[in-house]
Amino acid sequence: MTGRTTDESRRLAKRLAEEISRLAVRPIRLMEVCGSHTVAIFKAGLRQLLPAQVELVSGPGCPVCVTPNEYLDTAVAYSRQPGVIIATFGDMLRVPGSSSSLAAAKMAGADIRIIYSPLESLDIAAANPTKTVIFLAVGFETTAPTAAATILAAEQAGLANWFALSAHKLVPPALRALLEAGGTRIDGLILPGHVSAVIGEAPYRFLAEEYRMPAVIAGFEPLEILQAVHSLARWLRLGEPRLANQYRRVVKPEGNPVARAVLGRVYGEADAAWRGLGVIPASGLVVRKEYQRFDARRKIPVEPEAAREPDGCRCGEVLRGMISPEACLLFRQACRPENPVGSCMVSAEGACAAWYKYGSGRWQG
Amino acid sequence: MMNGDRITLAHGSGGKLSAALVKEVFAPAFSNGALNELHDGARVRMPGAQLAFSTDSYVVKPLFFAGGDIGRLAVCGTVNDLAMCGADPAYLSAGFIIEEGFPVADLARIVSSMGAAAAEAGVAIVTGDTKVVEKGAVDGLYINTAGIGAVLPGTDVSPRRIRPGQDILLSGTLGDHAVAVMAGRYGLELPPAVVTDCAPLNGLVKEILTAAPTVAVLRDPTRGGLATALNELALQAGVGMMIEEGTIPVRREVAAVCDLLGFDSLYLANEGKFLVIVEPNYTEIVLSVLHRHPYGREAAVIGRVTAAPAGQVGLRTIVGGVRLLDMLVGDQLPRIC
Repeated sequence: MTGRTTDESRRLAKRLAEEISRLAVRPIRLMEVCGSHTVAIFKAGLRQLLPAQVELVSGPGCPVCVTPNEYLDTAVAYSRQPGVIIATFGDMLRVPGSSSSLAAAKMAGADIRIIYSPLESLDIAAANPTKTVIFLAVGFETTAPTAAATILAAEQAGLANWFALSAHKLVPPALRALLEAGGTRIDGLILPGHVSAVIGEAPYRFLAEEYRMPAVIAGFEPLEILQAVHSLARWLRLGEPRLANQYRRVVKPEGNPVARAVLGRVYGEADAAWRGLGVIPASGLVVRKEYQRFDARRKIPVEPEAAREPDGCRCGEVLRGMISPEACLLFRQACRPENPVGSCMVSAEGACAAWYKYGSGRWQG
Repeated sequence: MMNGDRITLAHGSGGKLSAALVKEVFAPAFSNGALNELHDGARVRMPGAQLAFSTDSYVVKPLFFAGGDIGRLAVCGTVNDLAMCGADPAYLSAGFIIEEGFPVADLARIVSSMGAAAAEAGVAIVTGDTKVVEKGAVDGLYINTAGIGAVLPGTDVSPRRIRPGQDILLSGTLGDHAVAVMAGRYGLELPPAVVTDCAPLNGLVKEILTAAPTVAVLRDPTRGGLATALNELALQAGVGMMIEEGTIPVRREVAAVCDLLGFDSLYLANEGKFLVIVEPNYTEIVLSVLHRHPYGREAAVIGRVTAAPAGQVGLRTIVGGVRLLDMLVGDQLPRIC
């Protein structure tokens, strides 16, 4: 990992935790926006290291978790059409839609291929000219540029049987919606590392300027996360809402302009529906007119079932940081990783999956 | 019962769904004292003898991988299951299910590898069976082996004997087998250091039980990996466990592959490693036996049995936080053995 010995890491972590304890004179509630941070926090047992007055809550930064049922229902409906091949990342497979999932459709005979890179879906389309290949394009600013590049490559290859079912989402508008909606107290934000590597620092300036919300772009090593918590605790103590980039080795202040240019060429902003957050203005990406012939929704008629949420599932509140997974009556009972009810239990990056797999984060031993 | 009443790959993963399948489907149909202990093999009494008996089927894909093949695996797997019962394996059976069209040269290579592994383990393959099925009915070749051996006198290796305060030892590095098989399957180039750890452990186990007959339990973390093996033991014994992350041996190259592919070495299958749980006054003795043996050179004490929380395993991470170390859910990699 970092080349530090266990003893050194523990000493540093202990010192940071003590400092944080000293700085947090009142209870503070910090949201880690990104699912990868959630996993890193749980995996390192950081919640247990932090003083009781510092609470970490998970946010809406798990792409699979925030994808609404309507999208999954559409994908399942496509998969049942004759001659359709669905190409998807593996983590979408088990996400339950309104009454089915892609995994269930696959078991019932649908042709669903797991891919590791969007470009593989082009190979599938080229190898199956008589079939229709639909790539499930889901993810934040991190993965959207690759999906955009895939659309450009499809155009270059002249593929007529390849389409994208797009549900890409943007993080900053979701943060604004979360802060506008209220209903949950958040004192500071740990901002996603990989998304920021694309968008840079500027899109987050509104946090401090308009909402007086301190925020840190952080890396994923346990000590980097503790450092971010330390900074947030310090600024809260000082009453100085700042924005800091503490992941400079990956995130340049200006982000990645090349990736953004590809993104902007293929996609435009549009309102988008988020599980738990509802429709958020300008928080999604839609394929621009020039590339609409690759847009599955426009080109291939489909009739998904009427979307509905599973009874009792509280993923929406979990994604807004309003409740912890343990407050949901289904958690660990009807909803378990081997038989998930809600999306937050399916994705390895989901808050419920992390709470289940790694314990509530405060070991009762 | 589960997942719409159909078998999924995860039911064969060695993790949670495998446990549910055994508990809900097999155990009720076969229930008896020897089976219900749910150890790697069964300990049974025959007139004049205390025996261990075990069987396992091998479906690994690909058939040949870095440092081993399905033949070596089929012998070592069953030998090790017997060794984990505290037994001295003596005789093995071998059953082959072969797909029509399978090259005889490959079969010869595989059985020759089985012969070599049996010789190393000091066991004899004394009976066998061959079936050939139409193309597509199996993927190349599957092997089943069963084995029998006498329980070493004066030992009682059983999860029932796990007590709070005992030390948990691991005989070496994690994940080598899984990464070697994965590389073979997906055509990854690996550094030469990464080969399967597949090996017969009965010799080493016999030395350990001779030096420390009071060993409480032995368990090889195969499918489901270390995390699943520890959870099974904690559940069976009704104890807790605290594992120190920094002490768990993992080869640097294996850790790098795991980082790259998003695998967790704590859940990866091993075929030549085992856990020893022992009273602390025997820890040094067991450790020194392990360190002298080629299959135990990198052995380490990785944790301790605790009274609470019953049935749960905690992991103290390298930054000092503690978190739950849960059993495998789903399947990281089907057809690993």
